[in-house]
Amino acid sequence: MSGTSATEYICKCTSACAGCSSSLILRHVLKAAGPDTVLVVPACCTSVLQGVWPNTAFNIPIYNVAFAAAAAVASGMAAAFESLGKNTNVIAYAGDGGTVDIGIQAISGALERETNFLYICYDNEAYGNTGMQRSGSTPMGARTTTTPGGKTHKKKDLDRIIAAHHLPYMATACSAYPQDLVKKVQKALSIKGPKFMHILAPCPPGWRYDSSQTIEIGKMAVKTGLWAMYEREYDNLTINGPTKAAMIKPTPLEDYFKMQGRFSGLKEEQIRTIRGEMERNLRMLKAEAEGC
Amino acid sequence: MAERERLAISRPKEGACGNTGTWRVFRPVVDKEKCNSCGMCAMYCPDGVIDENYEIDLVFCKGCGICATECPKKAIEMVREGNTTSQ
Ligand SMILES: Cc1ncc(C[n+]2csc(CCOP(=O)(O)OP(=O)(O)O)c2C)c(N)n1
Ligand code: SF4
Ligand code: SF4
Ligand code: SF4
Ligand SMILES: [Mg+2]
Repeated sequence: MSGTSATEYICKCTSACAGCSSSLILRHVLKAAGPDTVLVVPACCTSVLQGVWPNTAFNIPIYNVAFAAAAAVASGMAAAFESLGKNTNVIAYAGDGGTVDIGIQAISGALERETNFLYICYDNEAYGNTGMQRSGSTPMGARTTTTPGGKTHKKKDLDRIIAAHHLPYMATACSAYPQDLVKKVQKALSIKGPKFMHILAPCPPGWRYDSSQTIEIGKMAVKTGLWAMYEREYDNLTINGPTKAAMIKPTPLEDYFKMQGRFSGLKEEQIRTIRGEMERNLRMLKAEAEGC
Repeated sequence: MAERERLAISRPKEGACGNTGTWRVFRPVVDKEKCNSCGMCAMYCPDGVIDENYEIDLVFCKGCGICATECPKKAIEMVREGNTTSQ
């Protein structure tokens, strides 16, 4: 792929499920970041899929840390590199549970302290590693093992919580658009200070679809407008092409829901709520981009 | 040093999680006649088992089928594995 090296930083293979989009994301994140990088990984699928001691599939230093601690550990690490005069990339790679729920205070602190690091949340919209329990990031109506009748609450608006820290760079991305993802990682790493990326990561067993459809589902999330792709540099918002297209001519939301078993019990009123939330989000983004 | 060796450090190794190709139910078969070397399959393979010549490493390919879905030339077919596991 243009823009990144041919070098792979993950040895064949991890123990991730077949068709895991989080693995695809991390593969490209590491290719974009290059060898002078350390990863900080809290408890999540990514800690388990590395392999079992004394071997690992990852050919890059990784610190596996406690669930709530990724951003705190990354802060200490960034301070250590700075005092040594090193420009090593510090990247925290965490799940949605470890970000929107349990790790949120550590992230908020690191952003406030202007830690020089990139925090990436890969969002498979549940606690995947422990068997798909509901998280704050699970969308309304989705069946998980702890919401067998479908989640009754809405997905937490993580990105506006992060945006309230007025950081130098934040972006959303999706595993179905690796070139866009790579550009954003490279841009983030070229900026000093705290950076944040929120990346949608379809998960075949958790979302209940055939592993061959991982990319199609990610594209559909963007084409419906449900997953908005944008970049924010300080308070300057740029909406990315695929989301601009979705704002003009969106694919019906139902097309996205019917691809996934987890939405099989979705009720009409829930679809209305999700659509309302989605339209509000896109309206707010549009107004922000236009500077009003 | 003795102190350090007690730390739980893992080292990189191919096959750290075993030969994941044994997971496969369907195997990707590339029709080289149809392939135009666009590189989509290699870009989208979550496990990076497709090399620069678009050869698939069947020791590790998990058979997810993403490459076959995404190939714009429909040059990859997913074929059910036989009873005897090849590779
Ligand atoms: C304090 C603490 N609570 C619970 C766990 C068990 N645990 C490990 S990973 C995990 C789920 C992580 O979910 P997420 O952050 O979304 O990542 P994913 O597994 O989906 O990749 C849980 C509950 C733990 N390791 N530590
Ligand atoms: S449960 Fe989902 S996120 Fe976790 S390894 Fe499997 S496919 Fe990837
Ligand atoms: S995606 Fe299809 S056409 Fe493109 S390189 Fe792969 S096999 Fe060839
Ligand atoms: S089937 Fe999946 S793992 Fe195998 S080569 Fe294709 S994309 Fe990669
Ligand atoms: Mg998760």
